[in-house]
Amino acid sequence: MMKDVTYRIRLFDPNRDSEPHWEAFTIPYAPGMTVLDGLWKVKELHAPGLAWRSSCRMGVCGSCGMLINGKPGLACNTQISELHALTVAVAPLPNFDIIRDLVPDLAPMFGTHQALLPYVIREDVEERENPTAEFWQSAHELEQYLQFSYCIKCGCCMAACPTFATDALYSGPMPLAQAHRYNSDTRDGGFAVRKEVLAGNAGPWRCHYAGECSRVCPKGVDPAKAIQLMKRELVLDLLHLRKQGCPAPVAKKPTEIKRRDGVPDAPARTV
Amino acid sequence: MLETKGRPNRLGLWGWLGGGRWGMERYLYTLHRVTGLGLLAYFLLHIVVTSSRAFSQGAWEEAMARVSGEIFEVGEYLVFLAFAFHAVNGIRLLLIELGIGVGQPIEPVYPYRTSVDVQRPLAIGALAVAAVIAILGTLSMWGE
Ligand code: SF4
Ligand code: SF4
Ligand code: FES
Repeated sequence: MMKDVTYRIRLFDPNRDSEPHWEAFTIPYAPGMTVLDGLWKVKELHAPGLAWRSSCRMGVCGSCGMLINGKPGLACNTQISELHALTVAVAPLPNFDIIRDLVPDLAPMFGTHQALLPYVIREDVEERENPTAEFWQSAHELEQYLQFSYCIKCGCCMAACPTFATDALYSGPMPLAQAHRYNSDTRDGGFAVRKEVLAGNAGPWRCHYAGECSRVCPKGVDPAKAIQLMKRELVLDLLHLRKQGCPAPVAKKPTEIKRRDGVPDAPARTV
Repeated sequence: MLETKGRPNRLGLWGWLGGGRWGMERYLYTLHRVTGLGLLAYFLLHIVVTSSRAFSQGAWEEAMARVSGEIFEVGEYLVFLAFAFHAVNGIRLLLIELGIGVGQPIEPVYPYRTSVDVQRPLAIGALAVAAVIAILGTLSMWGE
């Protein structure tokens, strides 16, 4: 079993450096150590000023995306042992500006995400904001978007995408997959509005299915699949073959069903 | 919002190649783009050469003489190989872009099986068909 592990880290301090540079640090290895645990050790033993983003330590918050041995991934979700290497090379996620050390500027990605209206759009705004009941949706309809809703906005897919690497105008896999997540939600009626952006130059037609986004996604979101399914919807829409229904209606209150004796009332709403 | 903009870190063309640790579809993606540019260059040259006929028989013969010789023969062969790959892989991409062969949305269960794995037989099939076309073409061009 290995005793030490060497971290090669790409450092950049905008107040001091003109170019990013690599520095190596050796730390003691412990079984079960993640790349993120190792970064804390490097900070503790060698480089107190080392900067990165992390929060949940369990692959949920999406903060700790970085380039680990040449591949984008979550530092907290990557065991050092699974890298099968004695050296861990860590660099900030490519295709994003570097703020400092391992901290990428994700703001442009979130800007694009926002521009693609990632929320349920409906005409009955009052019902959406102050719901009287849930919107009706079948289990099969839920499956059409559930996979895409697991995205934690870590940006790993954007760092892996070769189109985004050369084309700053391309929206990128995360925002597009999220646009499809809402387009394929039967409670949503916003396809026509999102289409204005999607059918243009920044939309899914710039993706040529290199599939890297899906390969690196730590949550199995498969943005490449979402983008291809979105293209199909756009083609069907152009041919006037896309199924156009009204957004899912509010579920009717059950009338025939009687409450069983002894079942307590739901607690009062808090929001 | 941060006041200072960070240091640019876009991969550029290196992002197409990816450093050798990536999947087959990334290389098909890059090859598709490179062969596409090659075919475009050939197409432009072809337009220039054939349009010379509109001027005179002499101009046409002169243009044809300029594009004869071994280098152009090898070039034509490369154009043919590029065509074989680009056309067949293009059909694969067309199918995929219509959502054919990528599978349905599924509940992601680790280890994830992505649409890239689902369409892999299509990619291998496209490569095999392109190889058959390339071999048949090679035999007919250089076989005698
Ligand atoms: S699609 Fe996957 S890789 Fe991309 S931002 Fe979402 S979770 Fe991260
Ligand atoms: S499938 Fe599309 S979005 Fe995903 S990496 Fe490839 S080009 Fe980028
Ligand atoms: S620290 Fe939250 S995803 Fe890694």
